[in-house]
Amino acid sequence: MSRRAGRDAAALSPAAAPFTKSMIGTAVTRREDARLLTGHGKFLDDLDMPDTLEAAFLRSDFAHARILGIDTSAALAMPGVIAVFTGEDLRPMMKPMPAKVAHPDLQEIPRLPMALDAAHYVGEPVAVVIATSRYVAEDALELIDVDYQERPAVSSTAAALAPGAPLAHEGARDNIAVHAVQRAGDPDAAFAAAPNVLSETVRVTRGGGHSMECRAVAARFDTVTGQLVVWDSTQAPHYARNALSNLYDMPEDDIRLIAPADVGGGFGPKAQFYGEEAVIPWVAMQLRKPVKWIEDRRENFIATMMERTQTHRIKVAFDDDGVLLALQDVFEHDQGAYVAGLQVPMITLSTVPGPYKIPNIRTELYSCYTNMVPTSSVRGAGRPQAVAAMERMMDRIAEYLGIDPAEVRRRNLIQPDEFPYKVGIMFRDGSPLTYDSGNYPELLSGVIERVDYDGWRRRQGELRRDGRLIGIGLACYVEGCGLGPYEGAKARLTNSGDVLITLAAAPQGQGYETVYAQIASDALGLDMQYIRVTTGDTGRIAFGQGTFASRITATAGPAVLQACQALRARIFTTAAIMLKVEGDNFVFRGDRVCLAEEESIGVTLREVTQVANIGKHGITLLRGVPAGLETQAYFAPERAAYASGAHAAVVEVDPETGRISVLKYVIGHDCGTVINPLLVDGQVLGGFAAGIGNAMYEEQFYDESAQPQTTSYLDFSLPSSIEVPSVTLFHVQSPSPINPLGAKGAGEGGTIPAPAAIANAVEDALRPFGARINEMPVTPPRVAAAVAGRTPALR
Amino acid sequence: MNPDVSDGADEQVLRMTVNGAERRGVVDVRTTLADFLRHGLSLTGTHLGCEHGVCGACTVLVDGAAVRSCLMLAVQADGSQIETVEGLADGDELSPLQEAFHRNHALQCGFCTAGFLMSITAALRERPVETEQEAREVISGNICRCTGYAGMIKAVLETSAQAYAAKAAS
Repeated sequence: MSRRAGRDAAALSPAAAPFTKSMIGTAVTRREDARLLTGHGKFLDDLDMPDTLEAAFLRSDFAHARILGIDTSAALAMPGVIAVFTGEDLRPMMKPMPAKVAHPDLQEIPRLPMALDAAHYVGEPVAVVIATSRYVAEDALELIDVDYQERPAVSSTAAALAPGAPLAHEGARDNIAVHAVQRAGDPDAAFAAAPNVLSETVRVTRGGGHSMECRAVAARFDTVTGQLVVWDSTQAPHYARNALSNLYDMPEDDIRLIAPADVGGGFGPKAQFYGEEAVIPWVAMQLRKPVKWIEDRRENFIATMMERTQTHRIKVAFDDDGVLLALQDVFEHDQGAYVAGLQVPMITLSTVPGPYKIPNIRTELYSCYTNMVPTSSVRGAGRPQAVAAMERMMDRIAEYLGIDPAEVRRRNLIQPDEFPYKVGIMFRDGSPLTYDSGNYPELLSGVIERVDYDGWRRRQGELRRDGRLIGIGLACYVEGCGLGPYEGAKARLTNSGDVLITLAAAPQGQGYETVYAQIASDALGLDMQYIRVTTGDTGRIAFGQGTFASRITATAGPAVLQACQALRARIFTTAAIMLKVEGDNFVFRGDRVCLAEEESIGVTLREVTQVANIGKHGITLLRGVPAGLETQAYFAPERAAYASGAHAAVVEVDPETGRISVLKYVIGHDCGTVINPLLVDGQVLGGFAAGIGNAMYEEQFYDESAQPQTTSYLDFSLPSSIEVPSVTLFHVQSPSPINPLGAKGAGEGGTIPAPAAIANAVEDALRPFGARINEMPVTPPRVAAAVAGRTPALR
Repeated sequence: MNPDVSDGADEQVLRMTVNGAERRGVVDVRTTLADFLRHGLSLTGTHLGCEHGVCGACTVLVDGAAVRSCLMLAVQADGSQIETVEGLADGDELSPLQEAFHRNHALQCGFCTAGFLMSITAALRERPVETEQEAREVISGNICRCTGYAGMIKAVLETSAQAYAAKAAS
């Protein structure tokens, strides 16, 4: 019987250790499901917090108004009301909340947790009532008397930029938050010399996130420990914790911010930081009582950030074969009343060129202040608008030259042997826009084949003669994802002998408890049943960024991989010492650590933890045993990864009613390594439902005084099962070379090109009319308007 | 002007059967059924997504009918038989519909799930659901923002086929 361990395993450093992919790539069903299916999930408002007071916010009724005074006396006198706070009452923490993504030229206007002497959008918090129940708190809101002096409001980017426009903020320089330009090559010269130039104005209105759980915050101040515990249905717990630490001037360790294990959807808006998140914990500290605020749907419509409208003036130059020579896109972005972050327009700036080789590029942003709720990322985050603008032009080139739209795209795609591909401009993460890997021609040919493109082209002509209007739309995109700066994870052998993975990141339905156990399982070589995952609690891990920009698999994934590889090495080192063998050629068999060459020799994880973690009080540790089997890793990608995809839609349009029926829809998706195919498909199909909403249904309306007109689901159409068509989905896997898992992002690819694909298909269907579809969502009234007064040439 | 709830003037005692058990409570008459179930009875599996009757997250069964518990007052349900998501599983054993949701990844964040499960449960008691279009119609009164519905449509069809095959066999 040999007690010699393997020869060369010890030489491997943990970071470089190879791992066998057995769980990675497997369609594992989710661990989260059982509690959610039986009604035992723990969403924020499901948490049992006895004696918690409830808050309701008074919100501005005006889009722009001075606040001359607030009388809270009647509200305060109401039985059941504990306190009322106005902005004035919160002065000690009324500091500006900085933009999460800024720009050196940003005209920054302070965004305060609550309005002080003026309100700048309908829905801005003006006061908060704390009462024994939400019912009472809402009653009391009606007793607060605010003396407003209404000011002229800005209700669109066009209004913001018009000569002599009123200012969205009194005293501002103008209504431009930032003007930014990106340039590659010499676009002006290229346009001047080009044989063909086409231009168009494309407007895309995006809806909001509409997570089914609205926002929610609860807080309790422990007067004994001095620790403030905050529960927040956020996508970014550490970001929110840091914001509170800054506003309250409290050390970060005195604030424990927990995103509950169950958060009812995020989709971007919950990755931002809001005034309400600052007010509720502060009030809980003042009152020495737990306080919670559960946003209702009307508040969600008027006060939760949304994405809204961009207007693109796009121009392309191309040769007679349809090969792109230059691109220019000047666009207006509606930033809303405050800049909570410039990430959305910055992403748009660099997403327009997409998967095409374009030697000369100019993209230019005018981000505008308006008197509407601030905008932020919503699933897709600035990319759907960019793709819509570019992909409309690809179809226009095809139409102009009489070349098939699929062929025009083929002629311009970056080829698989051209990676890494430098576009020539910068991405929003601060690094040069450099596509890491992909196979764009395979994605395009894949959707063309699966949608039966040639067959539909044939039938399109036949059916047109019968008076039926069929259209085929294609859209390709590249998505910067997996953004830095870093994400972190810890791996610990617990006292009970299982492995606990602690992620800084917080999930909102993505299945982290399952996915990261899969990754950990492969990294450790240990069965998943011995691995648990916990998420989103700043008290458990010091640093983190948050779940946004389809970034977690590509950042937290490698962090888990590295932390687990290091833990594996430490466990094996301990086992070797306990067994008095050399080297670390071990394997896991169940919960036993065994010699690879002689599996009868081994120790259990419980025995390992007994030695290395629990120890014996006052007794010297076995020489060489690493005390405390806990590892942590922060993975910082050198730059973003780039997912990609192609969508193909076949629609039938009724020009009289404007009705659009989606007959077939195919998605080709490349997010690099697929960790869990079941869950990745779920991400893509769910993202697609949001994309269909964006393409055909969801639109926020404001009147000219910037009053929101869509404040319930009676006015705002979210897609139901009737509206979301079936999808044929396939994957191409081009692993990212910039992280050890090869992972990219999967959360947004279903959404991004859907408006473009639908708009292209509808315009293709309406080609006999020569109708133009330049505004999304493509709704029946827009279709009807596009064909109005036009006579179809049906032959 | 001042709807004071602290004096007990608007309170009412109510009794109902919830998931087979007799429950009693004292509520202010304006309390919705959803709030009574969630906060009065601690049955927090029923969720509120819009509080205006559109999203369907709060769907429960009242005397067998799928009802938006955000639009019904608790006192209106006095004396009724209520079924909520907490009553679907048999101990640790998931119901066939819950199993089908799990198998088909028909839920992500899980916030809306209870409402879907209750709507489908009511529909499947009435009749089999045999086509994709019928399955879409059964769940069209509820909104899910995560999944795109594909897994749910499969889950409805599989559960229906299973249930009605079992019925035919017995």
